[in-house]
Amino acid sequence: MSTSASVTAAQESAVPAPGKQERSGARAPWPLLLPALILFVAVVIVPLAMTVLLSFHNWGQYTGIEFVITLKNWHEIWSDPYFYEMFARTFRIAGLATLIAALFGAPEAYILNRMRAPWKGFFLLIILGPLLISVVARTLGWALLFGGNSGLVNKALMAVGVIDGPIPFMFTEAGVVIALAHVMMPFMVLSVWAALQRVDPQIENAALSLGAGQMTIMRRIILPQIMPGVLSGGIIVFALSASAFATPSIIGGRRLKVAATLAYDEFLNTLNWPLGAAVAVLLLVALVLIIVGSNAIIERRYSEVFR
Amino acid sequence: MSFLELNRVGKRFGEHVAVEDMSLSVAKGEFISLLGPSGCGKTTTLQMIAGFMDPTAGSICLNGRDLTSVKPAKRGLGIVFQSYALFPHMTAAENIAFGLEMRGVPRAERDVRVREALAMVGLDGYADRYPRRMSGGQQQRVALARALVIKPDVLLLDEPLSNLDAKLREDMQIELRQIQRNIGTTTVLVTHDQTEAMALSDRIVVMSKGRIEQIGTPHETYERPASPFVSHFLGKTNEFQGEVIRRAGEALLVAGSCQWPAPVGPSGPVTITVRPEKVGFDSGSGNGVKARITNRIFQGNHWLFQCETECGPAIVVRQNTGEAQPAEGENVCLVWRAEDMGIRSVGGAS
Ligand SMILES: Nc1ncnc2c1ncn2[C@@H]1O[C@H](COP(=O)(O)OP(=O)(O)O)[C@@H](O)[C@H]1O
Ligand SMILES: [Mg+2]
Repeated sequence: MSTSASVTAAQESAVPAPGKQERSGARAPWPLLLPALILFVAVVIVPLAMTVLLSFHNWGQYTGIEFVITLKNWHEIWSDPYFYEMFARTFRIAGLATLIAALFGAPEAYILNRMRAPWKGFFLLIILGPLLISVVARTLGWALLFGGNSGLVNKALMAVGVIDGPIPFMFTEAGVVIALAHVMMPFMVLSVWAALQRVDPQIENAALSLGAGQMTIMRRIILPQIMPGVLSGGIIVFALSASAFATPSIIGGRRLKVAATLAYDEFLNTLNWPLGAAVAVLLLVALVLIIVGSNAIIERRYSEVFR
Repeated sequence: MSFLELNRVGKRFGEHVAVEDMSLSVAKGEFISLLGPSGCGKTTTLQMIAGFMDPTAGSICLNGRDLTSVKPAKRGLGIVFQSYALFPHMTAAENIAFGLEMRGVPRAERDVRVREALAMVGLDGYADRYPRRMSGGQQQRVALARALVIKPDVLLLDEPLSNLDAKLREDMQIELRQIQRNIGTTTVLVTHDQTEAMALSDRIVVMSKGRIEQIGTPHETYERPASPFVSHFLGKTNEFQGEVIRRAGEALLVAGSCQWPAPVGPSGPVTITVRPEKVGFDSGSGNGVKARITNRIFQGNHWLFQCETECGPAIVVRQNTGEAQPAEGENVCLVWRAEDMGIRSVGGAS
């Protein structure tokens, strides 16, 4: 995942640039697309089709995968409340992580944008830092701080006497949400940052000269202008959180299953590949629908203003 | 008497001096321009008046009140920015209404005043347009209406026309001047365009490197520039090397093969300045600088001649009156009236 490129790309799609349509000329050099197209088909389309197909196969404890077409897995997901609960948890966690990332990320980007030269770069690096470290290492860090009685923060707080027992963090939904929000923060910050780059640097002075106070400027002038950035950042964070694997599996453990960890378990522990495939496909379809839907809403809402 | 007063105002950024020792008093209703090349501190001066920057020296008074500790939001000034800085998520009407809203003007009155403001800048019917759907000129008008609708004590304009194309810029100059005359708002315009400054202002403040070079009416600054910088910045100027010779009973100004009675003032080597449009051709043998025309350029309403004279290169501008003009390569004499000529001693002012 290349960070800034994906962020700007997401923004671009949320805010259509004028003249995009005109550029696709009649004599575009289509053959040049061939290598990328072959690669795309080979590593994305084919495996995806195979996964979808797999989700319609049967699986038996003793027979393994049976290459027949059946709706059994889909029926199981549909009828077993366990799956409903798991998907609800997945999207609840992703939604809350997105909310937290937005609440902290947007002000963070704004403050960062106002900093002066040496500090700006320094703090940008700090904010992007999490992207430079493996997800696993970052998540284990949280575990070290809050993991049960031996977690550093828990130990310290208990020693000082602020709390009696360890703060429940590991294996809780709150813990997963917080860790995910932390991991995803850079995407939100970068997305809002990109939106802030398009804000006229004199616009706050303009509002100021018209008699607006700082709070009014934030609420009436800045926020509406960075909203597309917050929303497209939100889409990225939501999609990545809903399909995240490492964080929920380390912080959430085996009991607090989300879609990605469940699919993983079905594939590698239960060996029920078809059911795992059905879960994965369902997650993908749900995400695509959510992303396309919200993107369309954002575009409709803001196309009038930003073009 | 003076409405807006800058009293020895200075601004430095670390070691860098952006504005130094700037004193200026603007009368109520006056249209004044800060004119100078890019980087000479015009914007900095304007921002200090607006309150976005604090001066590092001196004080600014408005209507007898010291502005130093007054927040920009409370100064009640109208500002048009070079980039217009319109609120892109608000329609033209919402943009204009914003300042009134901040002042707690009731809705009904607000609507009336917004409509009047739109009409004043010739944008009735554009109330519900978003800025991105408007042309540069229209955005410019919205910015002007937004600044004027709050009935500011002073209108500050930072290069408001520099993003418009030449034709539109001329139209807007006339319109801007008209609007300013009608409502009589004291106006400070920042520009690097000398024709704009001359067309619009009652007085021009010519600035260079953070200092004031000259303050005067457009006519004064053009006809009697106080420094070589001013004469070069405002229009073109020919310079010839000459000498003032003072002997008992007579004083002569000599340049090449011609001479004039010298005015009182400098003596020794001098620089003679004369505007290109004040120079005429004389084919006779009168008292003129001998020259050869190297280039003749037709520019519609006038001709531009580049000449090589006995005192150095010169340019001559002649109105296209239909009379025959000298051709390239022709030998001519350049003549001008003594009062159109400026003299300053070499290495010094005036
Ligand atoms: N915020 C700032 N920090 C440091 N130097 C500045 C700042 N703003 C302006 N300057 C410097 O002050 C000088 C005057 O700038 P400015 O007033 O913008 O010029 P002008 O508007 O006449 O083109 C320039 O040399 C510029 O580099
Ligand atoms: Mg400027």
